Amino acid sequence: MPKITIDGKDFEFKQGQTIIEAAKDAGIDIPHFCWHPKLSISGNCRVCLVEVEKMPKLVIACSTLAADGMVVNTQSEKTLDARHAVMEFILINHPLDCPICDEAGECKLQDYAFQHSVGESRFVEEKGHKDKRVELGPRIMFDGERCISCSRCIRFSDEIAKENQLTFIRRGDRVTITTFPGESFDNPYTLNTVDICPVGALTSKDFRFKSRVWDMSHTKSICVGCSRGCNIEIGVRNNEILRLVPRDNEEVNQSWMCDFGRLNTFKHVNSDTRIEGAYINKDGSVQKVSWEEASKEAYFRMKSFKNSELAFIASAKATLEDNYAFLQLAKSFGVQNISYINHINPNDRDEILIREDKTPNSLGVDLILGKSRSSIKEIVDGIKSKKIKGIFIIEDDLVSADESLKEAISKLDLLISTATNKSQTTENADIVFGASTYAEKNGTFVNFKGRVQRIRPAVATENMERSLDQMAMSRLDKFGTKFDRWAKGKKYDAKPSWQIISEISEYGNSKLKFNMAEEIFDEIANKVPEFKGLDYDVIGELGFQLEKLNEKSKATA
Amino acid sequence: MAVKKRAKDLNILEKLYIPEIVKGMTLTLKNMFRPRVTMEYPEQKFEPPASYRGRPVLVQEQDAGERCVACGLCSRVCPALAIEVQANETDREKERFPEKFEINMLRCIFCGFCEEVCPEEAIVMSKDYELVYTNREDAIYGKDKLLVPVEQLQDRIDYLRNFK
Repeated sequence: MPKITIDGKDFEFKQGQTIIEAAKDAGIDIPHFCWHPKLSISGNCRVCLVEVEKMPKLVIACSTLAADGMVVNTQSEKTLDARHAVMEFILINHPLDCPICDEAGECKLQDYAFQHSVGESRFVEEKGHKDKRVELGPRIMFDGERCISCSRCIRFSDEIAKENQLTFIRRGDRVTITTFPGESFDNPYTLNTVDICPVGALTSKDFRFKSRVWDMSHTKSICVGCSRGCNIEIGVRNNEILRLVPRDNEEVNQSWMCDFGRLNTFKHVNSDTRIEGAYINKDGSVQKVSWEEASKEAYFRMKSFKNSELAFIASAKATLEDNYAFLQLAKSFGVQNISYINHINPNDRDEILIREDKTPNSLGVDLILGKSRSSIKEIVDGIKSKKIKGIFIIEDDLVSADESLKEAISKLDLLISTATNKSQTTENADIVFGASTYAEKNGTFVNFKGRVQRIRPAVATENMERSLDQMAMSRLDKFGTKFDRWAKGKKYDAKPSWQIISEISEYGNSKLKFNMAEEIFDEIANKVPEFKGLDYDVIGELGFQLEKLNEKSKATA
Repeated sequence: MAVKKRAKDLNILEKLYIPEIVKGMTLTLKNMFRPRVTMEYPEQKFEPPASYRGRPVLVQEQDAGERCVACGLCSRVCPALAIEVQANETDREKERFPEKFEINMLRCIFCGFCEEVCPEEAIVMSKDYELVYTNREDAIYGKDKLLVPVEQLQDRIDYLRNFK
């Protein structure tokens, strides 16, 4: 392999790499604003200037191809001088409004001004004024003064989102970014530009002014918006989710996620429609009861039916663990009718990330149920023809299977549901258990390609303690006491579905003795051949590709 | 064995006793005619100098707005985690303002870091040292108690400009 010398050390690199890429692989960070590993090279910010031996002038590391025997110096006097000059130049018209700017704390310009700048400005004239608070699109605000014209957002919308919606206008220090006349910056991926913007020029309308980034804890998790399973980080402050940001995973979502997933998959976690605790509908009036009483009631009422009169409906919105525990409970009752509801919207898909299957785990449920799965249509028909009298459904809405069930479910003899939020099913249910959302439990999802990925609790429920349950903690979480208002975030009284199911099974002969999600996954790994040899450590942060399924998905693709 | 001389052994004049009484009485009489330093608090109140670090307050501009832009640096730097800030957007030129600004005076240690870190000169240490509350909730000061007109704080602001 060819070799390059950077700062006196030899490194191997792949032919065709630029200097900045070769340096990145060698663990040397060359400062850069406009260069992004997933976008084309623009070379306009000039902050990556480095000295290369035998070249008459400094070259930009982002667009110069590395060559065998090249000697690069990223710390020489000449390089540092140029870097300082570039930083000073960029900062000339950049307003010093970090206290107001939402990017502060994760701003590249702020970091580089600290690391690579002399710290003094010689510019005494008035800074340039441009438009502030411009609504570029329905989800994006633009501040022209903060913009350093790196063109990352323009290249992103051209190359990744495949919609040419942004452009530079004017020249010199008047240059600014805008949409084409009469157009709005509204493609399904606009909010990624907020992530890649190296300064605070583009901000998310949803997250603006909500929180400082250093006040939040960040938990690695998976988006539940569709079966792609984009890797995300959940930003939580005061036990409330404030934002989701994508996390790099080359095999799933590269560095991106769609706006729908980012904005709409966490709002239900902290909402008025959450179900707290357990409820029983006694003679038409809904009463809140203890978890034990509801579990007991659920067990004995299901026991009073013949097993052919019962149907269990699993959920592609729930984790593998929930569904596995659910299947075990179904088996202990001898129930044959077990299936799940598909949520497919064939019109809402694209070739970038968005999938038509709107649940995160339908392939996982398929694998768990295996041959025990019966068709959902039979169950729906069974409900209508009153052959099926009792239903146990987890984390899903029966009506979403078939609109015409609205009437029929109120006439069921028994409807038990675990649910995170209120729905038509919970309105008509006889027994309801408040279930933890994906942000409140451990578990695993299998995406449409057969990649097993983990979710982790980011928000604590009533029976959880951040420090004891190994959850991510911000500084405020670590030192908060019960007397601090800022540590009194709402904790919902909810349990993961697998735990609710285990508690119901306590009243029968075949008890499910699960204490934590990891135990269930270990059992899945032992019992279900597709998951053989897996555990939470093997899955890790980036997930694990199930080999057989990978071949299958390649064959169909 | 020689007798060791100890510090408390008296010399001949001291043993005479009278001169020492005279010395002591002189000191007492001298102090009788010195000006008094004891203040009769709370009837009389102590006016601290500008360098005094009393409770932290927010500066209120003449046009009724606060200077604070809710950047959160005071909250970040506070070693006792006494300060909680929630920002929001306003129509004013500085587009950010504190929707909620609370200092838990039971946590505050009067170190003055918040004042030192503030980029807007919006939080300063006042001369107020009278902090009384009867329960924990009252000790959390919100914007209503924290905002003080800028004229009353001119002393401290001048001091900061000269010596910070």
